[in-house]
Amino acid sequence: VIVAEIKEIAEIRQMIDRYSSILVVGCDSCVAECAAGGNRETMLLAAALKLSYRKDNKDPVITESCLDRQCVDDFIERIAHLVPEHEAILSLGCGAGVQALARVYSDKPIIPALDTLFIGETEMRGVWQENCLGCGKCKLGYFGAVCPVTRCSKKLMNGPCGGSKGGRCEVREDIPCGWDMIMRRLESLGELDRLEEYVPPVDWSTSHSGGPRRVVREDQKP
Amino acid sequence: VKTESRLEKVLSAGHFAVTAECGPPRGADVSSVEKKGRTLLGCVDAVNVTDNQTAIVRMSSVAACSILKGLGHEPILQMVTRDRNRIALQSDLFGAFALGVCNVLCLTGDHQCFGNQKEAVGVFDLDSIQLVKTVRDMREQGTMIGGTEIQVAPKMFIGAAANPFADPPEWRVVRLAKKVQAGADFIQTQSIFNLDRFEQFMTRARDLGLTEKVSILAGVTPLKSVGMARYMATKVAGMDVPEETINRMAAAPKDKQADEGIRIAVETIQKVREIKGVAGVHLMAIEWEEKVPEILKAAGIPQRAHV
Repeated sequence: VIVAEIKEIAEIRQMIDRYSSILVVGCDSCVAECAAGGNRETMLLAAALKLSYRKDNKDPVITESCLDRQCVDDFIERIAHLVPEHEAILSLGCGAGVQALARVYSDKPIIPALDTLFIGETEMRGVWQENCLGCGKCKLGYFGAVCPVTRCSKKLMNGPCGGSKGGRCEVREDIPCGWDMIMRRLESLGELDRLEEYVPPVDWSTSHSGGPRRVVREDQKP
Repeated sequence: VKTESRLEKVLSAGHFAVTAECGPPRGADVSSVEKKGRTLLGCVDAVNVTDNQTAIVRMSSVAACSILKGLGHEPILQMVTRDRNRIALQSDLFGAFALGVCNVLCLTGDHQCFGNQKEAVGVFDLDSIQLVKTVRDMREQGTMIGGTEIQVAPKMFIGAAANPFADPPEWRVVRLAKKVQAGADFIQTQSIFNLDRFEQFMTRARDLGLTEKVSILAGVTPLKSVGMARYMATKVAGMDVPEETINRMAAAPKDKQADEGIRIAVETIQKVREIKGVAGVHLMAIEWEEKVPEILKAAGIPQRAHV
């Protein structure tokens, strides 16, 4: 899932205070899974904003709505009837959702309510872990399905740095050393030999370094 | 010999090599580089110039190398992959060699979170082993990454670091072997305080035949105080300062702790010298370069002969 966190009300207010009517739009996919921007969080944020404005003796129109997915046109169009009567849209989608809304509703200001963080997994209830940087050339097959690009703080390809101590990263105690994980996993699979070979420099041109990426598939077009 | 490096000549002649670290200033202060450089003249074979160590902004390593070269030193350019991508790294290798620098120590570098620019992007386009291979390919094949031919290729004597005290211990020698295979000619180790662990590391290295292929210089750092010992034990990445060392420093009266730290460093040099496969010593006297001559003298290391 795409993992995000909700911004502080104060920061959101700084961006939306200039509008007198706001449509608060959630996204019931990834950001619902990480409890940041789903149906429940959308209702909570709308209520919190109303309360916050009431304290300041202000009373902007705040309407809430939640889409199944904010990054796909078919879903985005489902709020078309609500958009004209609001001055701005406050999105609880990820960065992709915010920008998709802006493309579809090109005459409306779209304000993000979330900070989008990473592609990751729900490790357990309440814990989300980053584990993919979308580098565009998946190397997990060589590293025991632990990503050195994502799980090593220095993106090292040829083994752990000198800062790995007791399975912990030098950056912070609470970060497990990615290379320690790679080695333990390969050891249990009996594939430690994979690590003896020199890994040449990574081709970063398939990552965001090559510019914003786009996939076009003729066979999928209508 | 593969290069014009004085360090290579010393090592290939079988002499016990001595290198020392010299940290550039946090600014453009030429005189401080010269001052540190002068104290080291005649007592070391080569001077390591750190590259924004612990991610704190300092004078460029290439520039400081050039200044030290002007004093008659043999500089070792430290290069970390944290701050520069492969374009800048290769460009700086050309520039350094053009200025007469023919030794390089290839490092990944401490993470930027340790320094005074915590919000910086961490580049890490290459890792240290890939940088070693890059410098080797320049020297042996005359090519840059991707195979483009170089007009006057740098011929550098190539160094890499090894940390015998990082985890997992069994991996440390495998990584050393990878560095040697990628092209490392010499190795400078992390500061040694735990001699038992260092000996274990050297035994493993000898068992794999690595000491035949690469010159290992044992890293030694004199402690200034018990505070520094504690700081290094807990706050510096990849350090192993045993309780015993900390207690020894703590037992000395405050005004005698620096002397005790120097005594420990001298003993360490004498002990590592006895370990088979140790080709030299690398002194990292952090902001204490002026103590290097005294430490070497006390350890019985003679003035440097011209080779």
